[in-house]
Amino acid sequence: MEAAVKPQRQMVRLRGRSYVAFVFTPTVPVQDWLHEIDATIARSPGFFAGRPVVIDLSSVELSQAGIGHLLTSLQDRNIRVLGIEGVEEGRLTPMMPPLLSGGRSCVVEPSAPKKADAKVEVKPTSLLLEHPVRSGQTVIFPDGDVTILGSVGSGAEVVAGGSIHVYGALRGRAMAGVNGHTSARIYCQKIEAELLAIDGFYQTADDIDEALRGRPAQAFLQGNTMRITALN
Amino acid sequence: MAKVLVVTSGKGGVGKTTTTAALGAALAQRGDKVVVVDFDVGLRNLDLVMGAERRVVFDLINVVQGVAKLPQALIKDKRLENLWLLPASQTRDKDALTEEGVGKVIADLRSRFDWVICDSPAGIERGASMAMRFADEAVIVTNPEVSSVRDSDRIIGMLDSKTMRAEKGERVEKHILITRYDPARAARGEMLTIDDILEILATPLLGIIPESQDVLRASNVGTPVTLSNADGAPARAYIDAARRLCGETIAMQVPAERKGFMDRLLRRRAA
Repeated sequence: MEAAVKPQRQMVRLRGRSYVAFVFTPTVPVQDWLHEIDATIARSPGFFAGRPVVIDLSSVELSQAGIGHLLTSLQDRNIRVLGIEGVEEGRLTPMMPPLLSGGRSCVVEPSAPKKADAKVEVKPTSLLLEHPVRSGQTVIFPDGDVTILGSVGSGAEVVAGGSIHVYGALRGRAMAGVNGHTSARIYCQKIEAELLAIDGFYQTADDIDEALRGRPAQAFLQGNTMRITALN
Repeated sequence: MAKVLVVTSGKGGVGKTTTTAALGAALAQRGDKVVVVDFDVGLRNLDLVMGAERRVVFDLINVVQGVAKLPQALIKDKRLENLWLLPASQTRDKDALTEEGVGKVIADLRSRFDWVICDSPAGIERGASMAMRFADEAVIVTNPEVSSVRDSDRIIGMLDSKTMRAEKGERVEKHILITRYDPARAARGEMLTIDDILEILATPLLGIIPESQDVLRASNVGTPVTLSNADGAPARAYIDAARRLCGETIAMQVPAERKGFMDRLLRRRAA
């Protein structure tokens, strides 16, 4: 009866991790400062989306109700506050974000986090296929260029975030620059395509110049129109 | 080593069943032990083309479901010692084919025969995918028409991805067999040319079977075309194809329009 199995103790692992957060320093009058935030959002929507934000209240004197009002105003703009700095703990309610201290400043440039990402991820930016793409098959590669050593059959589909290179006949559909990449192009050794698209602008087989059929060609965007020209 | 060969096409009416019977008979005539298996459950035809429709007792589905033993379902050909038929069921449908059951039957056939030739139904659904599932080699039957060629391209894509071999990282050896090739229409530019077809499908050619009344006549009397008129052009083309399947190197004959002496004389003058 004494032999009850004691549950194994699970160790709690604690790890430290640092994040780069935007620090907002509201100024008086707070209403004008909020207009400034609105202007930033209007210029680049999604600028603050998913970014941790900390507010530094050291340059404004706000009551507990004032802080609460500021937080809701930010929340209305889809800005979620992670923590608060530069104010006595007594002025915060338990429902507000926690008080932070000891933050170190660093340079936040819009491109800086992207550069760091590129270094960390060694995702390939091109896809090479050594076999023909057969009718009914779909190749989707949103991260970059697709190169095919062979033909793309009638009824096959190639979708790429970047450009599409076909060393063979292109008889199916090719869609390049699907993530809004307007400078993407489609190259092929023999154009017999059913549909060509770059960044959503498309042309079907009927739109392709009859004189180009069966010849090496490229397709690219010129403003909002797709141009298909002979290669060489 | 037994070889499992699937005769497939995607499109219907291109000559899969005729080809299965003709290649089966040609390989059996060479002395190999051959079984032809009908996978067209519900619309069986191979028994008719083989002339064995009145001798069907048990069928593939019975064997797959364990109702009958394999030797009970196999029908021995009356003309050739080495040729056998495993018929399909006419009363069931393709859903009765389970992967496990088909796998067992194919493994059993492998141990008894040199060639297991699977006659695939048209389409890309269960029947067709089960027929190709365990294949080592494939004959893709194509007519010189755009619709047939595109369907063949689709089937080649499936052979490269949905077969047991493909899933193990191996390849199914593929061959194109062009059937119903009409030299007169080809000369007038009314059909895709052999070069066009091979360029689109990027797969080696096994043979070219000319369009001929022999084929229709043979299937109506229930005899593989390679047996009914062995000297005819289609029979010779099928026999050559069978020899190529066995690894022999034989020059490819492109069927040409037969011209009389006067035609040739006149053409030369006009040129």
